[in-house]
Amino acid sequence: MVPFTRKFDEMNTYYFDYASTTPVDSLVVDKMKECLSVDGAFGNSGSRSHVFGWKAEELVEEARVNVANLINCDPREIIWTSGATESDNLAIKGAAYFYSDKGKHIITSKIEHKAVLDVCRQLESESYEVTYLEPNNDGIITPESVEAALREDTVLVSLMHINNEIGVINDIEAIGKIVKQNGSIFHVDAAQSAGKIPIDIENLEVDLMSFSAHKIYGPKGIGALYIRRKPRVRLQPLFHGGGQERGIRAGTLPTHQIVGMGEAFKLAKEKMSEDFKNLSKYRDILWNGLKDMEEVYINGAIDNTFPGIFNMSFNFVEGESLIMALKNIAVSSGSACTSASLEPSYVLRALGRKDELAHSSIRFSFGRFTKEQEVKETVELVKDSVNKLREISPLWEMYQDGVDLDKIEWA
Amino acid sequence: MAYSQKVVDKFEQTLKNPKEASVGRWKPGDKDFHRVGTGIVGAPACGDVMKLQIKCENIDGTNKIVDAKFKTYGCGSAIASSGELIDMLKGKTLEEAQNISNQEIVDILELPAIKIHCSVLAEEAIHRAIDDFKSRRNND
Repeated sequence: MVPFTRKFDEMNTYYFDYASTTPVDSLVVDKMKECLSVDGAFGNSGSRSHVFGWKAEELVEEARVNVANLINCDPREIIWTSGATESDNLAIKGAAYFYSDKGKHIITSKIEHKAVLDVCRQLESESYEVTYLEPNNDGIITPESVEAALREDTVLVSLMHINNEIGVINDIEAIGKIVKQNGSIFHVDAAQSAGKIPIDIENLEVDLMSFSAHKIYGPKGIGALYIRRKPRVRLQPLFHGGGQERGIRAGTLPTHQIVGMGEAFKLAKEKMSEDFKNLSKYRDILWNGLKDMEEVYINGAIDNTFPGIFNMSFNFVEGESLIMALKNIAVSSGSACTSASLEPSYVLRALGRKDELAHSSIRFSFGRFTKEQEVKETVELVKDSVNKLREISPLWEMYQDGVDLDKIEWA
Repeated sequence: MAYSQKVVDKFEQTLKNPKEASVGRWKPGDKDFHRVGTGIVGAPACGDVMKLQIKCENIDGTNKIVDAKFKTYGCGSAIASSGELIDMLKGKTLEEAQNISNQEIVDILELPAIKIHCSVLAEEAIHRAIDDFKSRRNND
């Protein structure tokens, strides 16, 4: 959210909010353009009676193969959706409803995306019982905590692969084995991880996995859900209609969106190791440049973390004011002031961070089009802005005076 | 949510030239500290803390605010609201200052509805600072 009105000079604004969304790669745009106009593949992939439909279907299936290849699964295990939010809804509600005979207990965590948490809240109102696991101090959901929460009537476990706010990576391989032993369905939200770190379904006991295109240089409005075939996982559909996607998700397939997602996933596979190397470099430049400042904290961890997402707190400086001071840098904050609810980030709170550190947090997320020079300049800009804001901060003044802020009774 | 240009300008001026924007403090031991009233409102856990100090002089039997300083931890509009309040205070009698309402700050800065609490905080800060000053008057 842009916290203030300003005519942004986009050319001079550095974009460090790739975890929120990414620009569409121009190679992807080119492919998408071929599926819209009268001289392109505009047909309905459901039209079986003419060449326009056949062409669209061919492109849709090609894209499905591209998505499947990225995670090493069978293309028939991929279902198109409108995005990761729909995939999460379909996975969680679909499995919870279909397998409700097994039980009505669901396990998730306190730091999931709202697309998972809100679905779970909805199911609670439909007499399901949900256990919300606490992450450890680094933000990781440990396999042990999953094991301890599993019950005979646990129908589903839903956990994210990479956390969108702090970038920590959950060990879904180890968790999958434990969930499988219990005979429960395992859903993983991979919106932040697909195309960024390797995922090989063959080595994972994952039954359902959500994907988004726009987090990995594809278009917004398209996503996919992996649904395991062997052993077959079944879902109760949420959309009913023309029977597309084998009846699991009705609706005319948006060829251009699907082709865009396919191309983005194909590119991601090719560029993953190069992208990862660059992101690690940028994260290191940022952290090495800032770590010697007083009272800076990493939210999450350096190890076991996707380097494209780096969340820091600058104590005694409020996050929204820091974003305002960094006016030519696009980042996000866990501060209450940047949210409509005026609540600080629930993810940072769940890590056991004090509220003031959540208010002081900034998420930097880098991507394919980030330049090293931008990050280097940002180090200096952040230092300068934090110092200026501390100069006007009464909390910094008290800290400098040696006052213990925890012992003050605040009005 | 979007801020008005006025909030942005006030915020940026404050950051660029804090001294001119009356950022600062008087501390115990400073000359005339007994004529300074201090008000601290808000809480770190809530995301904003405002510290306001007023320096008063007895002019013809009435206490007038001759100078004021602040420090604020908070969002852009909290910082802008503090700065705006400072501008209003200087030269006012305590009674006049007591009557400043948060609505005046809302109007000047065109604060969005979700940020009205920042102006309320500023109003509370002035009340606290006045109370603090009055409690010190015996030290004159």
